[in-house]
Amino acid sequence: MQAIFAIAPLIIILPFAGVFINAFFGRRLMENPDSPAPGIVASVMAGGAFTVALLLFIGLLNDPAGAQVPLFTWMSIQISPERTFVIDWTLRVDTLSSIMMLVVTGVGTLIHIYAIGYMQFDVEENVHKRHLHGAEADEFKRRYFSRFFTFLNLFLGSMLILVTGNTFLTLFVGWELVGLCSFLLIGFWNDDPEKGVANAKAANKAFIVNRVGDFGMLMAIFLLFWSFGSLQFDEVFSRGECMIEGSQADCITLSPEELDWNPAATSEEEEARSGAIGVLASLAPAEEGPGELNTLIFLGAVGFPMGAVVTAITLLMLLGATGKSAQIPLFVWLPDAMAGPTPVSALIHAATMVTAGIYMITRSNVLFHMAPFSETVVAVVGGLTALVAATIAVAQFDIKKVLAYSTISQLGFMIAAVGLGGYVAGIFHLATHAFFKALLFLGSGSVIQGMERGILAGEAGHGDEHGSAHDDEHHAEHDDHHDDHHAHPDPQDMRNMGGLLQRMPTTGWTYIIGSLALAGIVPLAGFWSKDEILLDANNESLLVYILLSVASFLTAFYMTRQVSLVFFGQPRTDAADQATESPGVVTIPLIILGALSVFGGLMNLPFEGFHQLGHWLEYSVTYAHIPKFNLTVAVISTVVALAAIGLGWLVYGRSPSQSSEDQDPLASTGPLFGFLEAKWYWDELYEAVLIRPFTRLSDFFANTLDWNVFHDWFHDTLLSGFFVGGSQIMSKPIDQGVVDGTVNGLANLVSGSSRGLRRIQTGFVRNYALVVALGVVVIVIFLVARFVL
Amino acid sequence: MDIPTLESLNLLAVLPAIILAAYTGLLLVVDLFIPNENKQRTALLAILGLGATGVALGVQINQYSAIGDQMAFGGLVIVDGYALFLQGIFLLSAILGILMAMNYLPRRGIERGEYYSLILFTTVGSMFMALANDLMVVFVALELLSIPLYVLSAFIRDDPGSEEAGMKYFLLGAFSSAFFVYGVALIYGGTGTTSLDGVAAVLAGEALNLPLALVGMGLLLVGLGFKVAAFPFHMWTPDVYQGAPTAATGFMSVGAKVAGFAALIRVLVTAFPGAAQAWGLLVIAIAILTMILGNVTAISQSNAKRMLAYSSIAHAGYILVALSAAQFPELAQEASSAALFYMLTYTITNLGAFAVVMAIEKDDGSGVEIEDFAGLAKSRPAVALMMLIFMLSLTGLPVSAGMVGKFFVFGVAINAASQSVWLAIVAIVGVLTSVVSAFYYMRIVYMMYMRDGDEEAEYPAIKPALGTALAVTGIGTLVLGFLPTLLFDAAQRALIAGL
Amino acid sequence: MSEWTFIALLLVTAFIFPAIPIVAGTLLGPRKPNEMKNSTYECGVETVGDTWVQFKVQYYIFALVFLVFDIELIFLYPWAVAYNQLPLFGIVAGVVFIITLAEALVYAWRKGALEWL
Repeated sequence: MQAIFAIAPLIIILPFAGVFINAFFGRRLMENPDSPAPGIVASVMAGGAFTVALLLFIGLLNDPAGAQVPLFTWMSIQISPERTFVIDWTLRVDTLSSIMMLVVTGVGTLIHIYAIGYMQFDVEENVHKRHLHGAEADEFKRRYFSRFFTFLNLFLGSMLILVTGNTFLTLFVGWELVGLCSFLLIGFWNDDPEKGVANAKAANKAFIVNRVGDFGMLMAIFLLFWSFGSLQFDEVFSRGECMIEGSQADCITLSPEELDWNPAATSEEEEARSGAIGVLASLAPAEEGPGELNTLIFLGAVGFPMGAVVTAITLLMLLGATGKSAQIPLFVWLPDAMAGPTPVSALIHAATMVTAGIYMITRSNVLFHMAPFSETVVAVVGGLTALVAATIAVAQFDIKKVLAYSTISQLGFMIAAVGLGGYVAGIFHLATHAFFKALLFLGSGSVIQGMERGILAGEAGHGDEHGSAHDDEHHAEHDDHHDDHHAHPDPQDMRNMGGLLQRMPTTGWTYIIGSLALAGIVPLAGFWSKDEILLDANNESLLVYILLSVASFLTAFYMTRQVSLVFFGQPRTDAADQATESPGVVTIPLIILGALSVFGGLMNLPFEGFHQLGHWLEYSVTYAHIPKFNLTVAVISTVVALAAIGLGWLVYGRSPSQSSEDQDPLASTGPLFGFLEAKWYWDELYEAVLIRPFTRLSDFFANTLDWNVFHDWFHDTLLSGFFVGGSQIMSKPIDQGVVDGTVNGLANLVSGSSRGLRRIQTGFVRNYALVVALGVVVIVIFLVARFVL
Repeated sequence: MDIPTLESLNLLAVLPAIILAAYTGLLLVVDLFIPNENKQRTALLAILGLGATGVALGVQINQYSAIGDQMAFGGLVIVDGYALFLQGIFLLSAILGILMAMNYLPRRGIERGEYYSLILFTTVGSMFMALANDLMVVFVALELLSIPLYVLSAFIRDDPGSEEAGMKYFLLGAFSSAFFVYGVALIYGGTGTTSLDGVAAVLAGEALNLPLALVGMGLLLVGLGFKVAAFPFHMWTPDVYQGAPTAATGFMSVGAKVAGFAALIRVLVTAFPGAAQAWGLLVIAIAILTMILGNVTAISQSNAKRMLAYSSIAHAGYILVALSAAQFPELAQEASSAALFYMLTYTITNLGAFAVVMAIEKDDGSGVEIEDFAGLAKSRPAVALMMLIFMLSLTGLPVSAGMVGKFFVFGVAINAASQSVWLAIVAIVGVLTSVVSAFYYMRIVYMMYMRDGDEEAEYPAIKPALGTALAVTGIGTLVLGFLPTLLFDAAQRALIAGL
Repeated sequence: MSEWTFIALLLVTAFIFPAIPIVAGTLLGPRKPNEMKNSTYECGVETVGDTWVQFKVQYYIFALVFLVFDIELIFLYPWAVAYNQLPLFGIVAGVVFIITLAEALVYAWRKGALEWL
């Protein structure tokens, strides 16, 4: 292990140090309420983490095998006399996690810097919304500005826990922590006077939908533990490979070293596999189909064929991935998550957190390789998601919603890629997508704030006019006008924009670069990564290839639509007319990300002698494979993209609409556009199929079953009635009547009293003595009768 | 008869009991020279003596694994794990009983030094009950245990209720003691010996007169059944518990009962394994009737002390369930450890419950109706919480000591159910009556937490002594509930060489 | 079995034997009550005043304390006679007994039981 790897813990410590500082001292750092200090602290920490990631990367260049840096033993459980189950908290530094670290910290740092400018404006805006003044306003700024960066750093640290984890359990810890941060940040403005409730609901939705996915993850982890007796990546994978030949009992005690396991792909057979070209090849039975994985895996007492178990595990993992990476059927939370501040959308809901599912599947490639059926399902889910989300994106008007659906669609590309075994392509697209989608989100944030500045400027202008108003009539008329402007145009609705390229040139040009990269235009980053995915799809599955091709056509189309609506034509509102460019702290990250979007493809050019990323990942992703460049595929995808852009320009760019009231040109398709605008009615479907039956059932349990039946009938009527009655019977007729009566009667008989049966009250010692005597008599009679006579 | 030598007595083996006996005699005299207003010193001295005894006992327990069982007084007394464990329980309950009395007696204006000496005397009696290996020793110990309790019951001299309690207890106690002695006499007539081992040996071989011995055994059951308040020898319990000063009630509800069971289990399991069929059915019948009567009658009580009296009858029934499983030799050890553990949990919990009653009792002895618990959760949240814990434990709800105790007791009964269907029945009755018991225990909880009480109600201050007792019992109840194996293992180890 | 039959017979006889004279007396005896016959005990002196007078409780205490010495005497006499033949334990047991009784006396004394009030 290289000495440099020892600094790995810093990559987690630094963001958490930022969390600590901002959480406890953040407000004190902001003596001046407009001070950006917490943001600077957070950005420095993020930058520090990026530096650490870079150093680790350099270390890996010399020693690509990487290292596992032990921190401490998390838990150690004696399972049986021979076996101890240990989970160490170890940081895994290998080529895969290094790529993730670089992307997370790199993009993260830029977004942190951007967020300083963005949040200062955003907080100011919220101060206005709440009509705060003076010390109250200052306190508000201090609290929210420092809180935002606390959360942002917390997210960064959590994401790094996720990608550096060396076991499925530590991965899951990070998985949950980023989910928490996502929840906190989506609902960041949960006390917004207008949209607070909606924001909180969006946060809840994200959290709850993710629980469904987390259930899958947890089940997968449980099954892994049962099957392989470990959660450590190398142990699970090496034992898994071992079990193909050997029995569970033999393999489960062996360590990766004993099994001679090396994550790096060396097998000749893999080379052969990657070279095989054939449409639908993956749908045909593979050499190691589940039918052949017949080793019995014992989950408790019952043994199942290994193929079935691994398929179950991987499908459950897929469920986890569909939650976190917003795939069908769990993608519904991501569009709503755009309620969070824009840097959050960029960092968490586009660039990093949502890629956790892809990372997790890539990390588990050994398992997925054993389960061809799961791979097929993953690929189809990804392909379908890519297509469905792209269609929805075509019909959205909210600038961020379009990007949200675009993100879902692009995540679908990545999921499809890893499902097809194209792990390199998936990770490659993950990285390039992080660049240009972060760019687009940050650009959209800049646009939105530009619009808001325009709105403010408009209000200020009218204010002056108001001051010069003289006659009453004019005054009244003007009041109406003013009220109109109080319901100012939605700064996120693209119909209210137009012509922003002139007013916000830096934002506009970088945005266009990002769009082209996303559309997949040569030689921008998006082209190379998307081409590699399509190449894999072409090699493996015609169905997925078609799905993805249509999706990439739609991608190019809706991005053209968006750029046309936002940046070209004439401003359709006063706000758009008066929009201004954002400050440098916002635009500089845009420029850097723009550069990355242009040159990002260089990391994995698909030509002989390049493929740097592919070879890099071979050290940690066992089944990484590098498809051979296919000119036909590249040409087709370029043609498709260009055709879409052309079509988009014809529809939107050539004759831009002049008013925000105009209908969308595509609306003439009628119900279809409505269907897409309504997002395929997914939310309504869930409402009808899941939520309403669930609330009905809850209502039934709570009111009917619990309250009416259990409380009113069972408890009040049956139980307490029975007990009260029973107790009365026992205490009055039985204890006082039968027992006392018998006792008294016997007492009278024995004493030979002539006064007849007299009721003697209890409380007299003689009665008690009599009962004792009676007991004696019964006992003696019993003993004598039974054992003597 | 040869007069034994000092060496053959093996006095060292019963050192704790001897220390306590001597100390008690001394304390009685020392107390004479302590002025009336300083009687708390007597209490502290008494605790000191109990502590010293406890140290001696601890040393013995520590050496037990190395030395094993010992006989003393020429076989009249046996020092085994069973006896050691029980002596521990007695010392614990005596210390707690004194702690509670230290607060209670001055408030009611009845603090006299004899109270503490009497508790010590009765503790010596209890210890010998556990140590006894001969029916005569059991009898002497029984008297030494009982007579101080009669006095304690009547300790409020100017309160007719207390005098009545003492008188009733004394008369009925004497009555049942007579049965006990008669039983001993019959057994001696039937077997020619009073030694427990001797009786067992004779019964295993040619009994001189089996019927006599069996009837004698039945009478022992009566005498000890009276002490543990089992049906139908329970009738004194409510009256005495209600009339006696609460501190004494609390103490005797555990001390006397556990001592009675100590002797009962020892006698039946050691001396009469051969007659297990005879006493097995009797114990089952008594257990069933005791549980039903105790639990059902407790429901209609309005006085907390009286309710706890019936509750203590019910708990005697549960311990009898364990005893009834001990009729099968292969289960005797398991059953006895279950009973031992149950007694420990019962001791701690019941003392705690009485401590709470004392904490809310007014200086004139009133204020112990169940209604008086209303609103306690608001006015005295800590005390209410304690009471909640004790009530949960007495009911046998998880995670309390009582639940674990019941679990072991019913568990052993169910284990034995394969041998006799009666064991299944007794276990089922036990579980059902436990459910019934929730009704009256939870009524106190209901009163405390759901009802509004008298806002003006003034509760007496809780002095450190009572506070300590409350804390020890409360924590003990929880600890036994959470870590039952801690002491159940001890209870089981106590039995390995014991019976 | 036969011996038990005897006991059962004895029990029956024991009930019947006293019952016969009582029943016979009631049935056969003439009934001519007069004042003298109805008086208490049919003889002696009529009691004067209320018989429910309280005795001073100290009578009992004195009697009990007297009993202490009584019992001590009964046990100590043979003990003293056999003193020469007794082993150590015998001596110790006797001493313990004396100490116990002495303690009881001290107790009674301190409590003022020996003062006649």
